[in-house]
Amino acid sequence: MSKKVLLSSKEIQIILHRLACQLLENHTDFKDTVLIGLQPRGTYLAKRLTTILTQEYGVKDINLGSLDITFYRDDFRRGDKTLEASKTHINFLVEDKKVVFIDDVLYTGRSIRSALTAIQSFGRPAEIELLTLIDRRFSRHLPIQPNYRGRQVDAINEEKVQVLWQENDGQDIVYLINE
Amino acid sequence: MSELSVNHLLGIKYLNKNDINLIFETADHFKEVINRSIKKVPSLRDITIANIFFENSTRTKLSFELAEKRLSADVINFSASQSSVKKGETLIDTVNNILSMKVDMVVMRHPNPGAGVFLSKHVKAAIVNAGDGAHEHPTQALLDSYSIREKLGDVGGKNVVIVGDILHSRVALSNILALKLQGANVKVCGPKTLIPKHIESLGVTVETDLRKALNWCDVANMLRVQNERMDISYFPTTREYTQQFGVNKALLESLNKEIVIMHPGPINRGVEITSDVADSNQSIILDQVENGVAVRMAVIYLLASKIK
Repeated sequence: MSKKVLLSSKEIQIILHRLACQLLENHTDFKDTVLIGLQPRGTYLAKRLTTILTQEYGVKDINLGSLDITFYRDDFRRGDKTLEASKTHINFLVEDKKVVFIDDVLYTGRSIRSALTAIQSFGRPAEIELLTLIDRRFSRHLPIQPNYRGRQVDAINEEKVQVLWQENDGQDIVYLINE
Repeated sequence: MSELSVNHLLGIKYLNKNDINLIFETADHFKEVINRSIKKVPSLRDITIANIFFENSTRTKLSFELAEKRLSADVINFSASQSSVKKGETLIDTVNNILSMKVDMVVMRHPNPGAGVFLSKHVKAAIVNAGDGAHEHPTQALLDSYSIREKLGDVGGKNVVIVGDILHSRVALSNILALKLQGANVKVCGPKTLIPKHIESLGVTVETDLRKALNWCDVANMLRVQNERMDISYFPTTREYTQQFGVNKALLESLNKEIVIMHPGPINRGVEITSDVADSNQSIILDQVENGVAVRMAVIYLLASKIK
């Protein structure tokens, strides 16, 4: 197994600030915008971006939620293990709002497909955008592309991208793992 | 820990503590789902479930059917009273005929104890026991424990008294097993004629004085007097039963603490509990019904994910 650093802590910081600015450019005061972190790993990124937007750019009252897509996945009974759910926490209406899905890695696009179905249980959004820290190019199974991307990588299928966060894993770092 | 240790839910007897925790954690997620404006998830869209009821049921059948539909499973219903069982068809034949129509899971209620276990050995489908005679009713016990956990934070260490017809009750047996597994202290209380001999071997204590039992407990689970299963007289009159083992508001208020009142339904109002108790703030009877759907969704979801 070989492990290569894709993004260091410093690079992640810079990228997070750029992504926050890009969101700011499109959504200005975030009045009609809601940020939705996809469970389990997208929620860290969503919280980080919200912190940067509120603390460093003075945006007030950002609607931040987390969405679990387990029950909407298309691979139920296809793997060896029972799919384990996480918490959904959306205490606002998404009806007519601009929704931004936030996830750490975009790979096949199937999670996003599930999220698109799942969010309909909370209303009909005006539009939905996608933000990902890592965009694994050439590996999509579905016609889904991000609106905001941190870094694009060309990883082959045998490789795995692992995103670690300070608050959960002790450090901010992104690895490319070859098993 | 993310998978059940069993392929069927035949009784609490076959579960371990991790299974119960997994079911409760999964039920938490489903409880959130059924409180959304759109209460449905597509998880089980390629699963077909047969609800086979050889005995009458309102709440359990509705609850299972709703749970299955909220998970997007295809559901077929079968009641023995309107079927070929009346013409003499055996249980295995009936179920195998239904399974030939490509059914993945069978939810069955049957008057004979062990019917679910028997079926699980002879047919290829996941079996959920929705009550087998006076033996077990596992989903009821799970939803009861889930409701205690929701109300009091934890089941472990709590004092629970099960009051009434212990002898004929599958709810009692499943509840005792589930509560003991989670570390609760369990007492049973009722007329001596309705308490099985050697019940202490399950790790419970027996109390025949209702007031003492209520003063000891955190939760009282009031069982229904099952007149339909009583072939002989177990107590002189219903009036006398009510006087000794019925809970009314005055009795509750005279206790030295506030206890939680549960009832698996259907209630004989004025027999086991009076209306003002059933409808009081201390009663969580309707929460039990709501939790029943979430818990059954969890059980079905977890069992379905093991069907390959």
